[in-house]
Amino acid sequence: MANGNETEPSKAPATGLSGWLEARFPGHKFVREHLTGYWAPKNFNFWYFFGSLALVVLIVQIVSGIFLAMNYTPSEEAAFASIEYIMREVEWGWLIRYMHSTGASAFFIIIYLHMFRGMLYGSYKKPRELVWLIGMLIYVLLMAEGFFGYVLPWGNMSYWGAQVIVSLFSAIPGVGDGLAEWVRGDYSISGITLNRFFALHVVALPLLLVMLVYAHIMALHEVGSNNPDGVEIKKKKRADGTPLDGIPFHPYYTYKDMVGVGVFLIIFCAVIFFAPTFGGLFLEKPNFEPANALSTPEHIAPVWYFTPYYAILRAVPDKLTGALLMGLAIVMFFFLPWLDRCKVKSIRYRGTIYKVFLGAFAVSFVALAYLGLQPAEGLYVVLARLFTVIYFAFFLLMPVYTRFEKTRPVPERVTGHA
Amino acid sequence: MNDEVDQGRRHFLTLATMATGAIGAGFAAVPFVASWKPSARARALGAPVTVDVSTLEPGAIMTVSWRRQPIWIVRRTKEMLASLAQAEDRLKDPSSASSDQPEFAHNNYRSRKPEYLVLVGVCTHLGCLPKTRFDPGAGDGVGPDWPGGFFCVCHGSKFDLAGRVFEGSPASANLRVPPYYFPDDNTVLLGESGSAATGVA
Repeated sequence: MANGNETEPSKAPATGLSGWLEARFPGHKFVREHLTGYWAPKNFNFWYFFGSLALVVLIVQIVSGIFLAMNYTPSEEAAFASIEYIMREVEWGWLIRYMHSTGASAFFIIIYLHMFRGMLYGSYKKPRELVWLIGMLIYVLLMAEGFFGYVLPWGNMSYWGAQVIVSLFSAIPGVGDGLAEWVRGDYSISGITLNRFFALHVVALPLLLVMLVYAHIMALHEVGSNNPDGVEIKKKKRADGTPLDGIPFHPYYTYKDMVGVGVFLIIFCAVIFFAPTFGGLFLEKPNFEPANALSTPEHIAPVWYFTPYYAILRAVPDKLTGALLMGLAIVMFFFLPWLDRCKVKSIRYRGTIYKVFLGAFAVSFVALAYLGLQPAEGLYVVLARLFTVIYFAFFLLMPVYTRFEKTRPVPERVTGHA
Repeated sequence: MNDEVDQGRRHFLTLATMATGAIGAGFAAVPFVASWKPSARARALGAPVTVDVSTLEPGAIMTVSWRRQPIWIVRRTKEMLASLAQAEDRLKDPSSASSDQPEFAHNNYRSRKPEYLVLVGVCTHLGCLPKTRFDPGAGDGVGPDWPGGFFCVCHGSKFDLAGRVFEGSPASANLRVPPYYFPDDNTVLLGESGSAATGVA
């Protein structure tokens, strides 16, 4: 980052251990570029807590995951029993496991709010398209990570969830069945599948996720943060080159975010202590019985964070079309920066039509999440079809309705400044 | 000593090195990709099994496990077989043209012998296990015109007594028929089709 660094008074070369390190490792430089010298807009609101919260939850998941792996046995015969062992016999094992299972749901709540923030304030628009794309890649990997993690306890819902998801591959004409068999490593979901999902869940995907999170933040810091007014703060600078409406990320936002983390941890702990299964939403009831290849749970429903897509899958009376639409529902997000033709970023200055469409989209996303948890029959299917249409209309009609949108004038600087 | 760089030569060598490296990487990926295929043990556990059907009553179903999939063996009664013709106009694929079955079962009964129906009891939609609803008429999930068959409670797919899928089901294909034959009248061998002659009693 060019802004900010040059204003710091040049210090005398540090001596001692710190000086020795500085001459050999760019630690101070990193802190300057990404914390003390990273100028963020001063008008961040509530919605801007979720980026740092996601980072906190990532760390919670990695730490609790490492400790779970110390007692978990990834084998068909022992997996279910080893979870019971963690819950009943390992000292504090129940707490570590509930941290991890609640953390998974918290991760998705935070990510969904974080993504919605981007849609409210146009954070995916030029010059932040790549920040958005990397973020979406993180989201997709996070879904894979959540799915693999859900299979590991080897309960009956784990088993049948895996069966349903992997059989989606077999919808692909021609190569589908072979591909599904390759993913499973067996003729149906078995211990072989469990072992490879374990390897992906604890090694491959966490490594990729950490690398992508790093890339996400680096790309963001290259272009600078957006803000609730959608104004580029780099356009108005002080004489020293720092943005007029900017403040250094550290100490201002590190301390502000700590309040957010505090509030989050209160809620997080309350769930862990008082409602770890969250009424069957975070940990589903059929998963408290071991995997059984010869008995399907009455209603196979994935964990809540997949249910919007599951509802779309089931809304279509054809397997291949359903699977395609489900994939497309996720892919749509990637194209958002190019579907949106409106020059104005923030919802504060955008036209009524976008507000209506975004509102309808948010309602259909939540409604589909609810419908994905219900049995696929009668009115539920009709509603799922209706909301699927609204979901896709938001994206596919976007190039049209955003072009003719009546926007309000965008201020020169962020609002509420002294 | 010539200080000038031969750009053409450098470009060619760079490309050639990259191509060689890419091919090498491709070959190195083979063992890793192939390691995901069913192992020798998984293949051995998926070997054919023999089933004694001498105790199977007419109108009854037995479920055996082959490759961890439930395999249904139904001994169909005359009435059950008659019901197949009734609802043919409501089926997605009545002649099983776009469904998965061995050649010997590519007929209206979808079996070697009309009496014995052998099916993979896994829904072709998303792999749930359909339930048996052999009695005709309305019940939970099925209407009064129900001729008897299988019903998947997960996503509502309906199949007739030959495993053929009804219109309006999310599943697009009929239930799969596994390879099997009858070494003798009371035995079914699951996992192999045998010769064309075997099993036709």
